[in-house]
Amino acid sequence: MAETSPPKAAPNSPMIEWRDAQKRFGANHVLRGVDLEVARGESCVVIGGSGTGKSVLIKTALGLLKPDGGEIRIDGRRVDQLSEAARVPLMNRMGVLFQGGALFDSLKVWENVAFRKLRGAGRKALAEAKEAAIEKLRRVGLGPDAAERYPAELSGGMQKRAALARAMMADPEILFVDEPTAGLDPIMSGVINHLIREIVTESGATAVTITHDLSTLRTVADKVAMLHQGRIIWQGSVAEADADPNPYLRQFLAGRAEGPIEAVR
Amino acid sequence: MTRILAFLAALGRPVLALCAGVGRFSLFAFGAFWRLFAPPWHLREFWRQALRIGYFSLPVVGFTAIFTGAALALQIYMGGARFNAEQVVPSIVEIGILRELGPVLGALMVAGRVSAALAAEIGAMRVSEQIDALRTLSTDPMRYLTAPRLAAGILTMPLLILVADSLGIFGGYLVGVRRLGFQPDAYLQATIAAFQWIDVVSGLVKAAVFGAVITLMGCYHGFNAGRGAQGVGRAATNAVVGASALILVTNYVLTELFFGS
Ligand SMILES: Nc1ncnc2c1ncn2[C@@H]1O[C@H](COP(=O)(O)OP(=O)(O)O)[C@@H](O)[C@H]1O
Ligand SMILES: [Mg+2]
Repeated sequence: MAETSPPKAAPNSPMIEWRDAQKRFGANHVLRGVDLEVARGESCVVIGGSGTGKSVLIKTALGLLKPDGGEIRIDGRRVDQLSEAARVPLMNRMGVLFQGGALFDSLKVWENVAFRKLRGAGRKALAEAKEAAIEKLRRVGLGPDAAERYPAELSGGMQKRAALARAMMADPEILFVDEPTAGLDPIMSGVINHLIREIVTESGATAVTITHDLSTLRTVADKVAMLHQGRIIWQGSVAEADADPNPYLRQFLAGRAEGPIEAVR
Repeated sequence: MTRILAFLAALGRPVLALCAGVGRFSLFAFGAFWRLFAPPWHLREFWRQALRIGYFSLPVVGFTAIFTGAALALQIYMGGARFNAEQVVPSIVEIGILRELGPVLGALMVAGRVSAALAAEIGAMRVSEQIDALRTLSTDPMRYLTAPRLAAGILTMPLLILVADSLGIFGGYLVGVRRLGFQPDAYLQATIAAFQWIDVVSGLVKAAVFGAVITLMGCYHGFNAGRGAQGVGRAATNAVVGASALILVTNYVLTELFFGS
């Protein structure tokens, strides 16, 4: 096919870029002009309180929510303007881990992991897809017995790991991870955090991870961005975050109730 | 004056909301049908849904049909007795079941079972971000979820109703022979004599249309479910009410088309 390929973005341009991104739900103005860039191969961790719009932020980049204003680019392309069909090739390069795992209840764990390869696959391709899925599951510490079960039969931590295996299945160049450790015990959190770091380091993928778990921040982040009241109020490296006197950042990192961020009680 | 305006506004608002709802549902239905005719198809999903929507509805539909046929035979016998026309029981039971009661009651029972389940299932998938996950896995949710369910509804409902028709007539036969003193041979012969293809065919066409209504309503309300468990519950209720109402309306329209004039 003589399809003109889209103009290649300059290699030093950011992989993911929000410019003045706005999103509101009725009177609830969630994103009020987010400016954030994530460089190629960089692992950016977005921190912020519950309900500040962290999930909304990545959903605008994934095209799952349409921003009300601003520009969002992935690899130089305006994702907020792409049609559903035009987004498919981009989606094929991405892996997403949703906050709740979002495994399909009606499919076995390995079918979830191999999902993209199931459609129209012949017997042989199906067997190969299953093998590949079991290999990915092994990497996140799940055995072949777990692969044959349904998501509802797994514990929360196992579901999260299976969901991570699904996100990794296509060896994505871009990884979006939404609260990987929410609701997990500290040991399981550590396992998941190291897995994400490993994927980014090994494959050179660009990653955006959302968390309010400081252990995730320290394991996964090259860069930290803090979302507060609909804007990125601080960004920098982990070392800079530790040294910066910014009162919002200090309050969040120390987990104090007193400070400029009002704790809702 | 302002009172009149307020009254008109109060009258107009639900009407407008209804029109908007009808419009949105029509667009949804159009999108679903369009995907039936253009590949890729999710065949595995189709078989699972055919089993779930068609096969597992057999007990409910069969149960409904057999007792409806039985009650119908009793009523017609009693009513017929007023005109000394008890012998019409076999033919009226047959016509009533094939044309109206088999498809309509069967569809209403399936609507209660399937529309609610589909709305709750898809609504819960929405709440737990599974619909979002589908899209990030390069899969169109309308194609993966709605189209196979719609196809399963359209193709399995006529089969279900065929079973319902047979059981309904059988229910009438049982009552006729055991309770009303008909000779078995005579009842069967009267049934065969009254048989007309148009009665069966019209009923099966209705069934296919009802199958579409049931699955589309379930999926539509699932995709538009509000957030949280409450939203999912409301979606299930609305799906059953919407499907039942639309079944009754389309039934009238189809009856008019087949037997009007
Ligand atoms: N689809 C939606 N419809 C309406 N409101 C939404 C929707 N998604 C998120 N919100 C609202 O946006 C705000 C931010 O949500 P979210 O991004 O999930 O927060 P978090 O930072 O905890 O991930 C919340 O007030 C939430 O109620
Ligand atoms: Mg969130």
